[in-house]
Amino acid sequence: LAEKTYLQAISDGLREEMRRDKRVFVIGEDVGVYGGAFKVTLGFQEEFGAWRVIDAPLSETAIVGGCTGAAIMGMRPVAEMQFADFISCAWDHLVTVAAKQRWRAGTPVPITVRLPSGGGFSGGPFHSQNPESSFAHIPGLKVICPATPEDAKGLLASAIQDPNPCLYFEHKHLYRRIKAEVPDERYETPFGKARVHQEGDDLSIITWGAMVYTAEEAAQQLDADGVSVEILDLRTLVPWDKQAVLESARKTSKVLVLHEDTHTGGFGGEIAATIAEEAFEDLDAPVKRITAPDTPVPFSPQLEKAFIPQVDDVVAGLRDLAEY
Amino acid sequence: MATETAVDVVMPQMGVSVSEGTVTKWLKSEGEQIEADEALLEISTDKVDTEVPSPASGTLTQILVQEGETVEVGTKLAQIGGAPGANGQTQAAPPEPATAQAAAESADASGAEGETATAEVVEEARPAEPEPTAAVPVSDGGTDGKSFVSPVVARIASEHGVDPSQVQGSGRGGRVTKKDILNFIEEGAPAAPPAAATPAAPAAQPAEAPVAPAPPTPAPPPPQPVVGETGEQFEPMTAMRRGIAEHMRRSLDTSAHVTSAIEVDMSRVVAIRKKLKQEYEKDYGVNPTYLSFVARATVETLRDYPWINGEIRGEQIVTRNYVNLGFAVELADGKGLIVPVLKHAEGLNLLGIARGVTDIAQRARDKKLTPDEVQGGTFTITNPGGYGTFHGTPVISQPQAAILGTYAVVKRPWVIQDDRGEDVIAIRPIMNLTLTYDHRLVDGALAGRFLRDLREKLQTWDEAAY
Repeated sequence: LAEKTYLQAISDGLREEMRRDKRVFVIGEDVGVYGGAFKVTLGFQEEFGAWRVIDAPLSETAIVGGCTGAAIMGMRPVAEMQFADFISCAWDHLVTVAAKQRWRAGTPVPITVRLPSGGGFSGGPFHSQNPESSFAHIPGLKVICPATPEDAKGLLASAIQDPNPCLYFEHKHLYRRIKAEVPDERYETPFGKARVHQEGDDLSIITWGAMVYTAEEAAQQLDADGVSVEILDLRTLVPWDKQAVLESARKTSKVLVLHEDTHTGGFGGEIAATIAEEAFEDLDAPVKRITAPDTPVPFSPQLEKAFIPQVDDVVAGLRDLAEY
Repeated sequence: MATETAVDVVMPQMGVSVSEGTVTKWLKSEGEQIEADEALLEISTDKVDTEVPSPASGTLTQILVQEGETVEVGTKLAQIGGAPGANGQTQAAPPEPATAQAAAESADASGAEGETATAEVVEEARPAEPEPTAAVPVSDGGTDGKSFVSPVVARIASEHGVDPSQVQGSGRGGRVTKKDILNFIEEGAPAAPPAAATPAAPAAQPAEAPVAPAPPTPAPPPPQPVVGETGEQFEPMTAMRRGIAEHMRRSLDTSAHVTSAIEVDMSRVVAIRKKLKQEYEKDYGVNPTYLSFVARATVETLRDYPWINGEIRGEQIVTRNYVNLGFAVELADGKGLIVPVLKHAEGLNLLGIARGVTDIAQRARDKKLTPDEVQGGTFTITNPGGYGTFHGTPVISQPQAAILGTYAVVKRPWVIQDDRGEDVIAIRPIMNLTLTYDHRLVDGALAGRFLRDLREKLQTWDEAAY
């Protein structure tokens, strides 16, 4: 066990998979010589060589298309999008080919696409998005959103070993800010198993990614009011841990769904709808959503703060539920 | 908090199965001041008699239902504050019969109590054109949160047979939250249910509906020409008596009643009771009655006979892992009987049962029981033995499967074996027990084994275990 940043944990997990499985290779913009825009693959080319750590041209279409072909031929490619936002260029390859190949032709497509996502540092509309919901809607893709260093490593290992195309959303705002103990040995964190970030009795927050920490800070303020908040970190959206969510909803009867992605069509809607369908008789208040508004992510720090759910927003939402 | 606006006093929901109540006494008269929660009137239902506290402070501007009248739950009984009859739906409701029709009805019902007065109020109160009412939407959680029951609260309420309107709400606008109802169930119902802010019926009704609240039901079946013979006297049936009458008839029409009896040598219990009596009275102020011994042993025995603690519900047989023990208690005036329930008796030792029985019996006699304390029983014990009777065939309290009768402990010549195994006659305190059971569910052999085991527990009473 050692204290590691979220970024180190991703880096270590990736290195470990490359060491134990020769089929694993990395491809992306500036991932080789430069070590990646965020330095996740720093030193990788020295260790694994230019054939396994490939600097790609500025074409996400080529990167994901190449990965898809390599995966069909038996490799385990790990693509890096420099920013998650750029994945839209590769939409067709992911959605039309990679996600459907298994159903169409029977061949698995075990690719992992790493997606540095999220805002909080004035990256503006092209460098701050959380497009996980768009892909959660596509059957055939798996969507992974780790919040802790330990999960970042374990979920990356699972993604690389999974026979399906996996979109691995790593939140940029967690990279160096979040530090925690990570087991030294290799392990796989299973998909579809939520993590109870903290137990509570009165209210539930269902969230993932960086919002786990926003939820935690907000919950501390409610704790001072004598209201105990349970925080459930979904860890993966496809598959998602419906059971854990329903259990928490049944326990507290008041649920807040929190995500950094925009509101309409956000995955929070799916969760809220499922709770309404399957735990209706256990609800003591309407399920509440706190999300970003339906706009592009603004540059201005003030506006970005207004855009990304803040601790105060969550506190207000929780109080509203508590008083309902 | 004085009330500027008019507040309705309605017939409260006294437990899920109660649909009507009778106003037995007004404790205030029109024009008098009253404080919130101060007792305003007494009502009687087929379950309990109780006082209704005022929902607000202010002047009792109008009494709409007179003493002796029986009305449905939710019917407006009176108005606190505001101008008389100024509450939208009850405009200009003269309390006395004024129409020819009313007079006719009164005449028809002569001999019964003055139950028709409010029927005319309804007639009178119906304006030619329904006026736009100022009543708030019933489900507006913001202004009258009590009227909105969340899904989880509704479910818990129905599972526990609790009326959410009896629960003090702590949510927005006084809404009853899940926590409120869970606490309510855990702590037991408060002494007197607040007059519920039941949504005013007219607000939700179509335009042509009567403008007054739910019309009073024509009180007890009009006793067709009651002609008294010389020497006969009449008294109206109380709500409780009507309830008992209905229940007794319904029970006999529902269950296949069969009674088995057994004789129990109470020597050991008598000896132990003698010893415990002083200790219990001194330390706890509780009398360990024979009934508590029998109750304790019964609860223990029921564990092995879940069907006897069960019920037939539709096509299903219900069994449970708890025993809610009902006790038939005669009221002080000798004119009624009530069956308070000791909930979760399986968790009580002898002292706990003795204390529980003393408490509910006392409160039953004092008319201090809450509706929920007379509901939810799973098995009942009746104790007519106090008057020396040695046998009976009680009627099952529906929807239960059986009722145990306990009778007088009587010294009797009893054949026992002496040290050498020879038969001798000894004087022993003997008590008869009867089990009246629903033969649809409980076979005679099962009832026999139950009584045998119960006798065994009493005859070999294990002080340490109980």
